[in-house]
Amino acid sequence: MTLRDSLSERKENIIEKWFERIIDTYPPDTSRFLKDQKDRFANPVGATISRGLEGIFEEILKDEQDQAKVSKFIDNIVRIRAVQNFNPSQAISFIFLLKNIIRDELTVDVLHNHNADELLALESQIDGLALTAFDIFMNCREKIYEIKSNEAKDMTFRLLQRANLLKEKQNHVADDMNDVTQ
Amino acid sequence: MAKLPKPEELAKVDFKPPKTGWMDTPANLKPGTFCWGAKAKNLQVVDFPNARDWNPTEDDWKLPKEWEGTVLEAMADRLSKYRSFKLFLDICVRCGACADKCHFFIGTGDPKNMPVLRTELLRSVYKKYFTNSGKVLGKLGGARELTYDVLKEWWYYFYQCTECRRCSVFCPYGIDTAEITLMAREFMNLLGLNTDWISGPVSNCYTKGNHLGLEPHTITSSVEFFLDDIETITGIKVEPTFNRKGAEILFVTPSGDLFADPGTYTAMGYLMLFHELGLDYTWSTYASEGGNFGFFTSNEMAKRLHYKIYAEAKRLGVKYIIGGECGHMWRLIHQYLDTWHGPADFLEVPRSPVTGTVFENACSTKMVHVTEFTADLIKNGKLTLDPSRNDHLKLTYHDSCNTARGMGLLEEPRYVIRNVCNHFYEMPENTIREKTFCCGSGTGLNASENMELRMQGGLPRANAVKHVHEKYGVNMLANICAIDRATLKASMDYWVPAVGVTGVHELVGNAMVMTGEKERTQDLRLEPLPGEEGNE
Amino acid sequence: MHIAVPFFTVIFLVLIAYAGIEAAHLHVLFGIVIPYAAFTVFVLGFILRVRNWGRSPVPFRIPTTCGQQKSLPWIKASTVENPSSTFGVIVRMALEILFFRSLFRNLKTEMHEDRVVYGSAKWLWLAGLAFHWSFLIIVIRHFRFFLGDIPFVLEMVEGLDAFLQIGAPLLYTTDIIILGAVTYLFLRRVAIPQLKYISLAADYFPLFLIFGIALSGVLMRYFFKVHVVGVKTLTMGWLSLSPVIPENVGVIFYIHLFLISVLLAYFPFSKLMHVGGVFLSPTRNLINNNRMKRHVNPWDYPVHVHTYEEYEEEFRDKMKSVGLPVEKE
Repeated sequence: MTLRDSLSERKENIIEKWFERIIDTYPPDTSRFLKDQKDRFANPVGATISRGLEGIFEEILKDEQDQAKVSKFIDNIVRIRAVQNFNPSQAISFIFLLKNIIRDELTVDVLHNHNADELLALESQIDGLALTAFDIFMNCREKIYEIKSNEAKDMTFRLLQRANLLKEKQNHVADDMNDVTQ
Repeated sequence: MAKLPKPEELAKVDFKPPKTGWMDTPANLKPGTFCWGAKAKNLQVVDFPNARDWNPTEDDWKLPKEWEGTVLEAMADRLSKYRSFKLFLDICVRCGACADKCHFFIGTGDPKNMPVLRTELLRSVYKKYFTNSGKVLGKLGGARELTYDVLKEWWYYFYQCTECRRCSVFCPYGIDTAEITLMAREFMNLLGLNTDWISGPVSNCYTKGNHLGLEPHTITSSVEFFLDDIETITGIKVEPTFNRKGAEILFVTPSGDLFADPGTYTAMGYLMLFHELGLDYTWSTYASEGGNFGFFTSNEMAKRLHYKIYAEAKRLGVKYIIGGECGHMWRLIHQYLDTWHGPADFLEVPRSPVTGTVFENACSTKMVHVTEFTADLIKNGKLTLDPSRNDHLKLTYHDSCNTARGMGLLEEPRYVIRNVCNHFYEMPENTIREKTFCCGSGTGLNASENMELRMQGGLPRANAVKHVHEKYGVNMLANICAIDRATLKASMDYWVPAVGVTGVHELVGNAMVMTGEKERTQDLRLEPLPGEEGNE
Repeated sequence: MHIAVPFFTVIFLVLIAYAGIEAAHLHVLFGIVIPYAAFTVFVLGFILRVRNWGRSPVPFRIPTTCGQQKSLPWIKASTVENPSSTFGVIVRMALEILFFRSLFRNLKTEMHEDRVVYGSAKWLWLAGLAFHWSFLIIVIRHFRFFLGDIPFVLEMVEGLDAFLQIGAPLLYTTDIIILGAVTYLFLRRVAIPQLKYISLAADYFPLFLIFGIALSGVLMRYFFKVHVVGVKTLTMGWLSLSPVIPENVGVIFYIHLFLISVLLAYFPFSKLMHVGGVFLSPTRNLINNNRMKRHVNPWDYPVHVHTYEEYEEEFRDKMKSVGLPVEKE
C-alpha cells in the first residue's frame, strides 16, 4: 500500500483535523462561528478555508499536480489571511500544520509499509506549497499597497489629465498663432 | 539557543483568545484598521470642539478637560431627544440574531464587531450612569464606568460600523446599530475625536459646496472634459448649464462622480441622457454635493451641509430636483432632508416633462431619484436603446445599503439595467435587496490607511460577486452609489480582479441611441465596443 | 459568575418563600402583601417605563425598509415589508409581534454541496415562538382563578391545551413546551461561545426565574395537588380587595406565588420590557412615506449654514472667469 493510498483512505479525517487546527488560530468566539455557519455567503472565511483545504489535499493525492489549481486554492486562503492582521509567518503557517497531522496520522502505516521515502517526498512537496503560499502572501500585500496608491492616483488622474490637455490646447493655440504669423 | 516555535504557536501569537470578558479587554488598535485623526484646521472651519492635530496611535489623545462630563451630558441630552436611542439601549435581550449579520464581524471575526456587542460597548456605560440596576449591580448588571480605555474602544469600534442597517433587518425589535453608532460618533465629535478622512470632506463641503473641495471653475472644467469625451464618442456636442436661474429642474449628484473613475462615466451618462431628452435643467456649483459626510459626525453638521440643496433650488427658482446615484445621500434625502429643511413649498410636485408622469411618491420632498426618472422614461418608450452595446458585459447588481434599507429602491435600477443590458445575473438571495452586504467602506471609512479593514469588511460582498463571476462569468458590478463606485473598485481589485465596477447611468449612456449621433465605436470609457475591437 | 449569581438568587428566593411559610407562618405577607405590592410595582413600573420612552420624541422617520418602496404605479410595492400606509404598518407590526417575522428571516433552508442545511437561527425562532406563545396561553389559562364563571373561550383554550388527554389532571402541552423552550434558550446561551460571551446575569436571571415558576406550577398541578378551591378563594379575595388566607394550601403554592411576584416586580426594570418596547420601535412602526408626507422634528433648531452669498463672495472672480452667472457683479 503506497502512502498516497493511506492518505486517500484517511482524507476526510485529515482535512477535518487540518481545518480545526487552522480555525483554532482564531479566538474561540470566532472559531465557533467559522466552524458552524455552513452558509458560504454568511461565512466566507470558514467556507473558503474549508473548500481550499479540500482542494489542496486532493491535488496532493494526484500523481501529477495541477500547479495552477493548487495555487488557486492556496490563493483563496492566503488572500484572506493577508488582510487579517497576521504577520507573514502566521499567515502561511497553516501549510505546515498539514505535515504534523500527516505524521500523527500515518506514522504507524509508514513504519508498517516501509515507505518512509514517500513520506519524505510528500513533506518536500508540502514545503513547496509553503513557498507558493509565501509568494502569494507577498503578492497580496503588494496588491494592497498598489490599491492604496491607485486610489491616490484616481483622485488626481482627472486633474493631471486636464492639466496635460490644457497644455496641449495651449500648444495648439501657439501652433495656430505660428500658422498665422507664417 | 531558543526553541523555535511550532506552526501552531506561530499562528497563535497575536490572536490569543480573550481570556477576560469583553468588558475587561481593551481595544487593540491594529494597523490598517483605523483612520488618521482629524487635523485642527478642518475642525476649525466648521467650529467643531477641541480642534487640534492628534494621532490615534499615541497614548495621549489630547482630550478636553472634564471630557467624561461632556459625554455623559450629551448622552442625557440625546436620550431625551431620540426615542430610538433610549429604546434600543433598553430592550435588547441579547438573543444573538444579529451576531453574524455584520460584514465586519464576518470579515474580521472580532467579537466586538457583533452588532449586539458593539452596542453593548455603549449600553454598559448607559447602564452605569442612567439606570438603577446598573448603579446597584455594577458589572453584574452589565454596567461599567466611562474610562479612557472605554472611550478608545468606542472610537475604534464605532469607526468599524458603516451604519448599513443590515443587523436591524434581522433584529426582532428592529434595533438599528446605525442609531447607536450615530450617537457614539456625536459624543466623540464633542471631544474632537474625528477622523481626517471625514473632517476634510466636511470642511470642504461646507465652504466650497462639495466634499472634494472643487471650486466653481474646476467643476465646470471637469464637466467640459466629459463633454469632449462625449463628443469623441457620439459626435454630439452636449451643452449643460450651471447655476442657471429659471431652469425647470436642478440636478444634484455626489461630487465623487465629477472626479474619480468610474464615477466620471456615470456623470457622462447623466449628461448624455439629459441632453437627449432636451431637459430644461441646471447643475449647481454651490449645491454641488449630494452626499453628506457631516452625517458621520453629528446630526447638526449633516443638517448644515444639506441646507444648500433646497436653498439653491429656491434661489434658482426651479420646479423640482433630480438626485443622482448615491447611497447615503438618498437615505438623507428620503428620511431627513424634508424634516431638516422643509417644507419645500416653493417647489412643485415633480412631473416628468417627457412622459408627463407625476412622481406622487416625492410630492412633499420634491426630489426624484434618477433611476426612478429613467425607469419611467424607459417604461414609456421615450428612449431608443441598443442594449447590445453592453454585450461585452455580464452584469450583477449591488444594492446600496442606504437605498435598500432606508428607502426600498430595489426594482427601479434593476428595471433600467434589464433594459440597457442583455446579460444580467443576480447574486445569491441572502446577499441582495434588503439583505445586501455593505461595500465595507461606507460612513467615511473609505480612506487608504484602513485598507485592511476595508478589505475584511468588503469580503462578504466580494465573495458573493465571486460566486456569480465563477458561475456565470460576471465581469461587471453595477451599483447606484458614488462610494460604492470608488470602494468596490478596490475591493474587486483585491478579491475578484476580473470584475469591474460601473454606475447604472454609464450603462444607459452606452445603450442609448442619441439623435444625430455618429456610429459609435467606443464606449464611455473610450474602449472599443463589442464587434469593434478589430477596427481600432 | 454571570450564571451562578442568578441561579443561586432564584434558589434563595425559593428558600425564602419556603422558610417564610413553613417556619415563620407569614401567610399574609406572602399571600397578600407581597402579591399586591408586586402587582402595583409591575403596573406602575410598566406604565412609567413606557411613558418614559414616549417622552423622547421620534425626530426622524427612520423605518428599516425590507422590500420595494411605493414609487411608480407599475412597480409592485411591498406593502407590508415596506409599508406606505397605516394598514401596512399594522400588518407589519402584527407579523413581528405575533410571529417574530424578523427572526424568521434567519430561517433558510439551503443546499450546500448537494445536502440540505438548516440555519441554526431557525431554532431560535422556533424556541422563541414556543416560549412566548406557551407563556401567553398559560397566563390566559390562569384567568380561571380570577373569573366567577369560566367563559367558553377559556374552556376551549384549556381543552385545546390538554388535547393529548394524558394523565389526571389532564396534561397541558404548554407546560411541557415552556419548560423545554426555556431549557433550550438557556443551553443555547451556554453552548454557543459567541452568545456566552455577550450574555449577562440579566439574561440568565429571567430564564431561571421563569423556569422556577413553571416548574413549581407543574409540581403543584400534577404532583403535590394543591387545594384548588382554596387557591381560588384567595385569588377572588384579591379582586374583591378583601382577601382571606385559605386553609390547607400547600407551601409549593406560596413558592410559585412568590416567584411570580418577584418576576412582576423585576419586570419593569429589566430587558423583559421588550414586550412594551417592540410596539414603539421606530424602525418598525413607521410608514415609509417620507417623501410624501413631511415628518416634523419637535426639537428642531436653526443651524449655522454657509449661504450662497458667502459662497459667491469668495468665488465671484473665479465664477466670472468661466462665465458662471453671479448675483452681484
